[in-house]
Amino acid sequence: MDLEDSPEEARFRKSVRAFLDANATRRDESAEPARYYEVDEAKLGLARAWQRKKAAAGFAGIRWPKQWGGQGLSSIHEVIYQQEEARYAVPKGVFDIGLGMCIPTLLAYADDAHLERYTKPALWGDEIWCQMFSEPNAGSDLAGLTTRAVRDGADWILDGQKTWTSGAQFSDFGIVLARTDFGAPKHKGLTMFFIDMKAPGVEVRPIHQMSGASHFNEVFLSGVRVPDAQRLGEVSDGWRVAVTTLMNERLAVGEEARPDIEDIHAFLTQSDGGKAPPMAEQAVRFRFADWYVASKGVEAFRNRGLTKLSRGEMPGPELSVARIVNAEKLQQMSRYAVEMMGAGGLLLDRDNPQANNPFQLALLAAPGARIAGGTSEILRNIIAERVLGLPADTRADKDVPFREIARGAGKSPRKGETV
Amino acid sequence: MNLEFSEEARAIGDQARRFLEKRDCRERARAALSGEAEPDVELWREMVAFGWIGSFIPEEYGGNGAGYEALCVIAEEIGRSLAPVPFASNILAGEIILRSGTQEQKSYWLPKIASGEMIGTLALHEAPGRISADAITLRYENGRLTGRKCPVPDGAQADFAVVVARDPDGSIVPVLAFFDETVTRTRQPTIDDSRAQAELHFDGTPGERLGSGGSGAWAELVAALDRAAVILAFEEVGGAQACLDLAVEYAKTRHAFGRPIGANQAIKHKLANVYVAVELARSNAMMGALGLLSEQGDLAVAAATARVSAIQAFIMASSESIQTHGGIGFTWEADTNLFYRRANALALGLGTESYWKERLVSGLEQRHLA
Repeated sequence: MDLEDSPEEARFRKSVRAFLDANATRRDESAEPARYYEVDEAKLGLARAWQRKKAAAGFAGIRWPKQWGGQGLSSIHEVIYQQEEARYAVPKGVFDIGLGMCIPTLLAYADDAHLERYTKPALWGDEIWCQMFSEPNAGSDLAGLTTRAVRDGADWILDGQKTWTSGAQFSDFGIVLARTDFGAPKHKGLTMFFIDMKAPGVEVRPIHQMSGASHFNEVFLSGVRVPDAQRLGEVSDGWRVAVTTLMNERLAVGEEARPDIEDIHAFLTQSDGGKAPPMAEQAVRFRFADWYVASKGVEAFRNRGLTKLSRGEMPGPELSVARIVNAEKLQQMSRYAVEMMGAGGLLLDRDNPQANNPFQLALLAAPGARIAGGTSEILRNIIAERVLGLPADTRADKDVPFREIARGAGKSPRKGETV
Repeated sequence: MNLEFSEEARAIGDQARRFLEKRDCRERARAALSGEAEPDVELWREMVAFGWIGSFIPEEYGGNGAGYEALCVIAEEIGRSLAPVPFASNILAGEIILRSGTQEQKSYWLPKIASGEMIGTLALHEAPGRISADAITLRYENGRLTGRKCPVPDGAQADFAVVVARDPDGSIVPVLAFFDETVTRTRQPTIDDSRAQAELHFDGTPGERLGSGGSGAWAELVAALDRAAVILAFEEVGGAQACLDLAVEYAKTRHAFGRPIGANQAIKHKLANVYVAVELARSNAMMGALGLLSEQGDLAVAAATARVSAIQAFIMASSESIQTHGGIGFTWEADTNLFYRRANALALGLGTESYWKERLVSGLEQRHLA
């Protein structure tokens, strides 16, 4: 038992480090890693240039087959690359969804002509992909989506509204899950397509999140014409295709967000103007210890998952554990940190990078962390059903034709409205 | 990345599980609870005979040198099975002698533990309260021990103890002593009578100072507690897993309102939360085991993390297992009763959650100063 790489993994890690040392600079560990969702043309250019370098050096598409420009390596190699790259100041976030989820879905379902056309530009950073699954009325219950695809000769016509789409504003293509049969039960009338994001009828609008940031978009599809050749998988088999896509998401989630356990430790142990630090208080020590135990537990739990990957086994849905624990911990820690500041915890100077307010920012972002990638409640259901083997929830919509299922929006209070 | 026990260790764990299932340990624990049986020294000697307990003791002192991985998986199986055996007592005594004893002491005492010939224990606690050197008042003077210890794990069955005492200079000294006629031993009723505790009165009991003396005795003792805490964490993880398994099985089969109770999210989410706690505890315990194996210093933080996580998981799992069972879980006959007692007893026996949280945070402070 150890935390070491196998000899082969160690060789790969060494080659990754050599590449990164030669082409990038180490990042300041105290700073948050740059996430380029809110991008301008300049940042996008940097991200494309970095992706091109990775592709040229053979560190892109690590898990893809060699035939399509990949390296034909395993998931553990992908993880090792990510671990190492995280220590360098390089653009992140622009290509993750396309290369991590969309193209792998194409690899499983598209024909060779399409793979010939799309894999290389994606791998070399020339084309960016996004993923359009969630809808205003289909979040946890994704299979309840109502974006409609209607056959029209050799094409399909798509109408509907997608939401929480990362990177839609700068994407060239996207995969989209739509309903092709409203008479079939919920999961059985869906079909997957990929579309050109610049096609007529595609309109992208940013979502203004409660944290103030705009990482995501709404995408409105109005009479978007899609050739049948851009269908992925069989008609009405879209749910199975979507599961393939989401399986690829699992490796990505669960990283501890900043501020992390080290950040709150630094905050609680720093003394201001000769006063004793918060950590001098017994109650604070005990509270911190709970988070430390959770943080280290998740870290070790992930390492047990990596052990499985290292042995060629696939980690199961139990990786949901990391997401559940980290999201709740982030909310508790940020809330506790501002509590330690007293009334000073109220202050949030968003435009001053010197201002000591990462906990205020995290406080306002944390509610999203408990929802993104599956709400904690959905993840608990997954653990209960797939890991513990408890019975599935009773479903009122089971085996019922989709058009007969009660649907509808709960009304949420917005500015100027009463409910 | 290889954070998993070796195949050899897992094979020993499987063997231990099968053996303990055959011995029907839960019934033995229940019998001990009813005062119908003493803690099971006979079962203990059977387990010792497999070489399971001496695995942390080097071969030169009568152990089999199988190492800490084996001991960890066996601890987990003991926890799962509820075996009413003198486990923590022997591990504590063995660890302290192994770390602090002179060559002669190790050669004399460790084979007795490794062979099951004798039961050893640690006599540490006196007054209620968190473990601390200040709380030690039992006197060691002219080679003799005088004073009271309570509770002492398996104190009524053990043959000898490492007794934590204070010498006339006020220094803490660990002392090796046989339980001869100068020791009055009274078994104490506890919240979990399947693991015995005793009150011990020493009245001029002859004893030998453990180790070669010096001022670091308390620090060495605390370090030995760190090591034992990792082993105990595995026992707690095993117990917590058994509680989760019981609750899941019951939730699948118990029907109410026309369906299994486990189809309700109130139950599903409760048990998912228990699963999360158990997996975090197991993961933290494995990092503790890695610390034990690597023999590098600074086990304090990893051990404390493992122990806090394991206490929390076992307490939660045993509580929620009763809750999932409803009324039947609250009966004397229900196994959930046994696990709930054991969870709480283990949580108190080797430094409480607050002791280990403090150890964790102060361990980090020292690391940052270094």
